[in-house]
Amino acid sequence: MNMPNSAASPNRSALTNGSGAAAILAAGIGSFSLALLACAGDKLAAVKNGLIFYKPTGPLSGVTTGAILIWLVTWVILEWRWRNRTVGIGRIAAIALALLGLSLLLTFPPVVDLF
Amino acid sequence: MEITVRGLWTLIHGMGFGALYLLACSGALVELYRFTASSPPSEANPGQERFLKGYLVAMVVLAWASVLTGAYVIYPWYRTAPPPGTTDLAMFPQRLLMASSTTIGWHSLGMEWKEHVAWFAPISITMVAFVFIQYGRDLKNHRQLRAAVLCFAVVSFVAAGVAGFCGAMINKYAPVQGGHTIQLSQGEEK
Repeated sequence: MNMPNSAASPNRSALTNGSGAAAILAAGIGSFSLALLACAGDKLAAVKNGLIFYKPTGPLSGVTTGAILIWLVTWVILEWRWRNRTVGIGRIAAIALALLGLSLLLTFPPVVDLF
Repeated sequence: MEITVRGLWTLIHGMGFGALYLLACSGALVELYRFTASSPPSEANPGQERFLKGYLVAMVVLAWASVLTGAYVIYPWYRTAPPPGTTDLAMFPQRLLMASSTTIGWHSLGMEWKEHVAWFAPISITMVAFVFIQYGRDLKNHRQLRAAVLCFAVVSFVAAGVAGFCGAMINKYAPVQGGHTIQLSQGEEK
């Protein structure tokens, strides 16, 4: 997926696409994590109890805190790895958008109820 | 004319942060498209670009303020369980909605959807703002990156719209009430 920095189109852009790709993929992964944690919390009592980080808010506190941590950690790692590289942005963007689409589906209650 | 503290927080969350974010979204989408796709690079104006970066940062703040106040200030009031034997559920919005077959959907579909989908807005717009601050007008030269950023911006708008709509309807059928009463003005008797 990665290409050396010199593979960038130097006559068009001074910036490589790695940093943007890292941000996009991390956002997709973060969103999907949120949907997955919400779904797991809804279906499994043990997970639901484990996600109660702040009692007044209930499992929502663990779902969102967990997802935000996954998102930010993923972003930092990807940014560190891709910052100065040119990557296959088409495939990365497609994966990120697919994850975002799945996230939207998995947070829609009638879809969650199918599982 | 008066408002309760809980009512005021709901107003700040929904009208102050949420509605302002939704209003800002349409402007951001148009400007992002205009800056990164439509005009030739020769028309680049650093002042306008700086303004859009500031505008996106303000949107990031609004989006996070909206979800955080929603989840940690208002939602605990919404889901408070009534003491056993309580018959008047006006102070317990979730239970009030669940008590009737005509309103239970606003909790089981509306709130269940809203409490999760709303978080896609701050995650997406934070990414959009970061990428625009990083690349600015250079996004013109990254066609696929630009398309993905615009898609995330649209999803952010849709997610905030769904959350806003559900929130408004839930508050219509079971408003979050209680706390101290704040007197806004004294009405005159007719």
